[in-house]
Amino acid sequence: MKVAITSTGNTIESKLDQRFGRCAYFIIYDTKTKGMEFIPNPNIDAQEGAGPASVQLVASKGVTQIISGEFGIKIKSLLDSLKIQMIIYKEPSKRIKEIIEMLNH
Amino acid sequence: MSPRPKRIRKVSNPPIISGFKPYGVQSGGQEVETVFLLYEEYEALRLCDYEMHNHHQASIIMDVSRPTLTRIYAKARYKVAEAFVKGLQIIIEGGKVYFDSEWFSCSSCRCFFNNPEKQEDIKNCPLCKSTDIINCEKIPEDSTVVWQKCDDTCLCTNCGFEKPHQHGIPCRNEICPDCKIALVRKGTPHGKNN
Repeated sequence: MKVAITSTGNTIESKLDQRFGRCAYFIIYDTKTKGMEFIPNPNIDAQEGAGPASVQLVASKGVTQIISGEFGIKIKSLLDSLKIQMIIYKEPSKRIKEIIEMLNH
Repeated sequence: MSPRPKRIRKVSNPPIISGFKPYGVQSGGQEVETVFLLYEEYEALRLCDYEMHNHHQASIIMDVSRPTLTRIYAKARYKVAEAFVKGLQIIIEGGKVYFDSEWFSCSSCRCFFNNPEKQEDIKNCPLCKSTDIINCEKIPEDSTVVWQKCDDTCLCTNCGFEKPHQHGIPCRNEICPDCKIALVRKGTPHGKNN
């Protein structure tokens, strides 16, 4: 199972990004192989439609869960129809490392 | 004068199929005509006939008024009946709706998550695997206040006596045991002051 985590940087020491569409990096974490992929978000400076474009990006990676601080109104229904689970985690100080530890429990 | 804007109907799941095709068409070969069933009509059918809610409960789930729900439902039944009688195919699409899935919150890590696999129940928090999760739909929200305010209860406007409403028996046919006056439906304009 693949999980997307929004991150402020490209290391596991970075913190969780509170935005989904305009986060700095997406981290695609595979819970089976424990592999990680860092993708810089191309939509960070988009005027509008950053959310749907980001959904397209992570959905193309075969993600089934997304962890972020907040999801915009446009993408909730989109993710619903794609059967991707949204996890809202409002802890801006949490590091990616800690979240991955939680997922491995 | 322009008409009132339509209230956006809440639909919990999109249907798992996009329509129905008639079987064994007599006329043979030709393209069959289509009836377009709207998502909101599908949802009204699902709530009223499959989940066996009454119109009042279904209207609250869909976030519309009770008369609107009944209108949507009547239209849905007409379309389905028309398709059966004339042998038309049904395509489910369109309508002024938004989809909403159930949201949960985890008490141990304080995260929120939804349930995209609507048929299956969620038992663990996806993040910390704790079983201590709460269904947010059941926590007070604006819609739940409506539930409490005009739940199916018969009310005496004189002494405040309440009894659960029995379907099929109008509230005005019920008599308050103390005041001997007719009861009214709680939350409706008749019973508003109490």
